[in-house]
Amino acid sequence: MTTNIPSGGGSTPAGNSDQPLYEAKRRVFAKKVEGRFRNFKWLILAVTMAVYFVTPWLRWDRGEYAPNQGVLLDLASRRFYFFPIEIWPQEFYYVAGLLVMAGFGLFLITSAVGRAWCGYTCPQTVWVDLFIAVERFFQGDRNARMKLDSSPWSFDKIWRIGATHLTWLLISVATGMGWIFYFGNAPSVFVKFFTGELPFVAYGTVMVLTFTTYAFGGLMREQVCIYMCPWPRIQAAMLDEQSLVVTYNDWRGEPRTRGAKKAAAAGLPVGDCVDCNACVAVCPMGIDIREGQQLGCITCALCIDACDSVMDKIGKERGLIAYATLEEYDSNMNLATSNRTTSIQPEKVRNADGSFSDKIRHFDWRIIFRPRTLLYIGAWSAVGLAMLFLLFTRERLDVNVLHDRNPQYVMESDGSIRNGYTVRILNMMPQPRTIRLSIDGLPNAVMKINGYPENKGQVYDIPVKPDEATALKVFVTLPKADVSSQAEEMRFIVEDPENGERRVYKAVFNGPGVKK
Amino acid sequence: MSEKHIDELSGVETTGHSWDGIRELNNPMPRWWVWTFYACIVWALAYTVVYPSWPGLTTNVKGYFGWSSRGQLATELTEAQATKAVYLEKIAATPVADILKDEELNRFATAGGAAAFKVNCTPCHGSGAAGGNGYPNLNDDDWMWGGSIDEIYTTITHGVRYTDDAETHASEMPVFGDILSPEEVKQVAAYVYSLSGGAPSDAALVEPGKALFADNCASCHGEDAKGLKDFGAPNLTDAIWLRVDGSEAGIAGQVTKPTHGVMPAWTARLGDTTVKELAVFVHSLGGGQ
Repeated sequence: MTTNIPSGGGSTPAGNSDQPLYEAKRRVFAKKVEGRFRNFKWLILAVTMAVYFVTPWLRWDRGEYAPNQGVLLDLASRRFYFFPIEIWPQEFYYVAGLLVMAGFGLFLITSAVGRAWCGYTCPQTVWVDLFIAVERFFQGDRNARMKLDSSPWSFDKIWRIGATHLTWLLISVATGMGWIFYFGNAPSVFVKFFTGELPFVAYGTVMVLTFTTYAFGGLMREQVCIYMCPWPRIQAAMLDEQSLVVTYNDWRGEPRTRGAKKAAAAGLPVGDCVDCNACVAVCPMGIDIREGQQLGCITCALCIDACDSVMDKIGKERGLIAYATLEEYDSNMNLATSNRTTSIQPEKVRNADGSFSDKIRHFDWRIIFRPRTLLYIGAWSAVGLAMLFLLFTRERLDVNVLHDRNPQYVMESDGSIRNGYTVRILNMMPQPRTIRLSIDGLPNAVMKINGYPENKGQVYDIPVKPDEATALKVFVTLPKADVSSQAEEMRFIVEDPENGERRVYKAVFNGPGVKK
Repeated sequence: MSEKHIDELSGVETTGHSWDGIRELNNPMPRWWVWTFYACIVWALAYTVVYPSWPGLTTNVKGYFGWSSRGQLATELTEAQATKAVYLEKIAATPVADILKDEELNRFATAGGAAAFKVNCTPCHGSGAAGGNGYPNLNDDDWMWGGSIDEIYTTITHGVRYTDDAETHASEMPVFGDILSPEEVKQVAAYVYSLSGGAPSDAALVEPGKALFADNCASCHGEDAKGLKDFGAPNLTDAIWLRVDGSEAGIAGQVTKPTHGVMPAWTARLGDTTVKELAVFVHSLGGGQ
């Protein structure tokens, strides 16, 4: 690490014993920047926004007995639909598995490419990016915004600021509404939202999300990341020496100077940094990356784009600010400072013709595949494959049996013994089916089901409703001659004769001889 | 801490606390954070105005809207009653036998009947409706007063030997100890015992017992001794014994000096709708015909 340890933005210099109680108020006016990382971020913004807003509108045909919304969280019926997959509450372990995968995924991404989640895909980052674009559209770029901010109130200022906030609010309302579409049929929820037919909780959700989007994206921005979010602390703890982080390579940048030619003429050592402050101006977090890796840095890499374009202009090699691992940075730093015995000496990292020395270490992509990340990839894949296996082999038919306990058995007038069971047949397919329910293990027993007047012996064909559990009160009667002194083992079998799905439940038949 | 400690690396003041040489940085908080704190205090004060809060000597401040958890429960119960009322009205308007044909109504009535049974019937019939000595088991297929849904409904409505109800099931078994000699009682008991497959103590008693049965008992219990539900006369040929343990001596005791069960008429207490629900529930227990 460099001389700077994470601190929440501006800290008082060492030796000042009168540290203020409160952090000074800062305004961040991020400057527009162009470059490959900026383009990549626009792409991610478009994709994530599209996923968020479009997903609930995608349709998926499940037949007439199930909703046709691609992704739907049906809380009232306790069903979760994800395209061809339908999850019942008792299958919630799939969600647990997804959370485990998210955890390992976070470990993997963070150990390999640092705080990429923060810098690219975090909703806070994406929405702030969008809000800054809106701000820029109405108020102009950094300098214009700073000027407008310090100018007295005028019609021009009012309409520009007002339009900005109004647009933010509209985006916030859309964001809030986008959320509730996941919990109901999106087109009808959309219509009902305006006719006032939705339950209060829907409007409450939209209000809360509108407020948080507006406040976090428009007003608080970097404050959310620095003071409210636990993620940066967790992620920072998961970085190691081989993790890629946005790094100011001071081993080639220092000593920085604005008058390079004059300094060179005077025989002073000159680094690549021309102290143009482009990296600071574009930073949405308002930090100076040249102070080193710090908590405020979300590694959005916009400073890399800014610095690269400056390096291009002055004819120097790109990468003064670059993604680098701490290991290669340290190695290069040691080279430039003779193992930290001197200040940075630019000539140590360069050949006589000004090109970089061969001893400079550059990023090697193979560093991503080290034991730690391979372990994460393995764990992530193992959980994922196990879930896929479970998903593709799971049955869409199940049976639960609850044995009557009070009374444990009933003697009929002919001396035969009857046991009662509540049998629940779970048809998890969105089609009505006819399920064959049978008993096995008691050859002379007779099964009787409430609501099915005719006695069919041991096999019944039960019509079950689509995507529902059907509860049956089942009585099994064993002739007196067959009743033994022990609890008899028996089985309830449900099967779909059409596709061969079959589930078995092991049950017990009690009689008078059974001592409990 | 008299002396302030400044962290060498970050230049930030520490809290002065040291754990194994590790010190905590004391970075200044942003001002909005403290405003959030004040907002929470204001919220808390407003909360005490809106909701019941400050304690007094005899009662507490009721809050602007007079909300209470008991009041909320009452509201929710009223709402639940309103939801149930739809079904209850339908049950009231439907003949009990037709309730069985309506799947939804049947399910509602069975659940309601189960709840009413737990409160009103378990003291005698047991929580599993399995009865006990003198109290019939309602799960089995043996019915003294009939096991069809209508018959069960009638029995619950008017009760058994319940003097306050004119239509109650009233018949009683005579005290045969006054009519038959002890020897004759033994003969009848031996015959009845043999009907359900028992081997009497003296096989010679069976023949005269059969003749005595035809003269004295068949009028109620039937020629075949399978009982007549009009009189509530139980089937004597089956495996189920209500008032006696099914032994020869037990049968003789019941013949000599019979005991009888009594059940209240329930409609006056519970109302017709609940009685219908109870009938549906009892019918669902497995013995319903």
